[in-house]
Amino acid sequence: MIKHEKIETNATLLLILSFLVVTIGGLVQITPLFYLQNTIEKVAGPRPYTPLELAGRNIYVREGCYLCHSQMIRPFRDEVERYGHYSLAAESQYDHPFQWGSKRTGPDLARVGGKYSDEWQRQHLADPRSVVPESVMPGYAFLAGKDLDYRNIGNHLKTLTLVGVPYDKGQIDNAAADLQAQATGDNADAMLKRYPKSQARDYDGDPKRITEMDALVSYLQMLGTLVDFSTFKPDVSR
Amino acid sequence: MSKIEKDEISGVDTTGHEWDGIKELNHPLPRWWVMTFYATIVFAIGYTILYPAWPLLRGATPGVLGYSSRGDLDKSLEAAAASQKDLADKIAATPVAGIMKDEKLRAFATAAGAAAFKVNCVQCHGSGAAGAIGYPNLNDNDWLWGGSIDEIYATIGNGIRAPGNASTHASQMPNFGGDGILKPEQIADVANYVWTLSGGKPDDAAAATRGKQIYADNCAACHGDAGQGNKEFGAPNLADQIRLYSKNGSIKDIEAQVTRPRHGVMPAWGAKLGDTAVKELAVFVHSLGGGV
Repeated sequence: MIKHEKIETNATLLLILSFLVVTIGGLVQITPLFYLQNTIEKVAGPRPYTPLELAGRNIYVREGCYLCHSQMIRPFRDEVERYGHYSLAAESQYDHPFQWGSKRTGPDLARVGGKYSDEWQRQHLADPRSVVPESVMPGYAFLAGKDLDYRNIGNHLKTLTLVGVPYDKGQIDNAAADLQAQATGDNADAMLKRYPKSQARDYDGDPKRITEMDALVSYLQMLGTLVDFSTFKPDVSR
Repeated sequence: MSKIEKDEISGVDTTGHEWDGIKELNHPLPRWWVMTFYATIVFAIGYTILYPAWPLLRGATPGVLGYSSRGDLDKSLEAAAASQKDLADKIAATPVAGIMKDEKLRAFATAAGAAAFKVNCVQCHGSGAAGAIGYPNLNDNDWLWGGSIDEIYATIGNGIRAPGNASTHASQMPNFGGDGILKPEQIADVANYVWTLSGGKPDDAAAATRGKQIYADNCAACHGDAGQGNKEFGAPNLADQIRLYSKNGSIKDIEAQVTRPRHGVMPAWGAKLGDTAVKELAVFVHSLGGGV
């Protein structure tokens, strides 16, 4: 009946045994995620963010967009019919940290890319109620007036390689040039080649400057556009 | 040390534990609670057999029911599609003009289009399709790219100046100010003239007179001799009171548009939503204020 008295009266033994229990529990739950093939779905399309998209993503995180917008379309009929194909893990494989979110005050943004024009995005970010009268989103007009600080963008890419984002040397060396090319649309051929399915144009409507608006709109316009679901059919059993 | 004895005051057995002279009464958990606890364990074993659960070397056990959340989704989508199959198939096979002629198909397409409109279109065109500055009102009978069912269908499917779509409406107003085609004083003149086309009183009658020739040389090719517009180029009618880039219309707003024109963009919805949804949207939008 009271065999546990020995454990309860011996602090060192209690500590060792508790540690063992937590270790086993942790290993059982965590290790399979690293090797199980059916948790790692190989998908064609996802690529690391371009420097401009990455800068936009940082603004997205800085402004706390994830507090009201999720980026995770769940496999339910109502979500799929509203937002598009459900999200795949591979689509956020280069997100550090991921932006799945847990709260939808606003709509999900996982596939917002290409859904609206750049001008709509600018107008909506600057004054959401000018286009959606019932919106409760705050305005971010200041983004258009703020020059994008991309002095460290190359180092940013390099840092991300440490956590497994496969930026190659060409991408890291040309980061600042690629960013300028994508935000202006000028001399963008090399950049478009380095980042398949990326788009280069003046996103903020001000060709003379590269602003935070350029970066954020370029990020929003690529969200969820990398996987071609006309050719890729996810494995249903996953 | 571990001696079970009866507590004199409460009459309850002790557990036999004793720490520094403090003893513990033995109040076992209620039987119903213990049984529920065992029941959950039995349930959990059954659950792990029926549903995906145990990680093995290659993958997790799939469970004998073969459940997956993606499979569940496919089933619910198939069930929904099956319940609409007859009408949806007919809509897929019928050109939009034909849908308009079939009362039943038209009613179904209008309802389906209204649902798709709420999800995809209200952000720009407004919940009531009344538009906003820069986004046309769809309730009136003024159509930039044509208001017939076929024209609306083509516009929704391929978009307006949609990047990456070869069939999109691509024409756009030249950058008269930015590219130096017209001088600022010429733009002021022509703005005064254009204002008179819709019945406005020019700020400067002489300027409007000078603007008339500038209009004929630069604007009439698309907007028409009398400013009636041309849907081939998406050139708005300048002679009516409906404005696209201005709240109530003003010479200043006309000047701004001629100097540095704004070019509205609409995504090509065909690629995003599929042809059937575009047909349904076209039928719905046509029901709002479509022309012949």
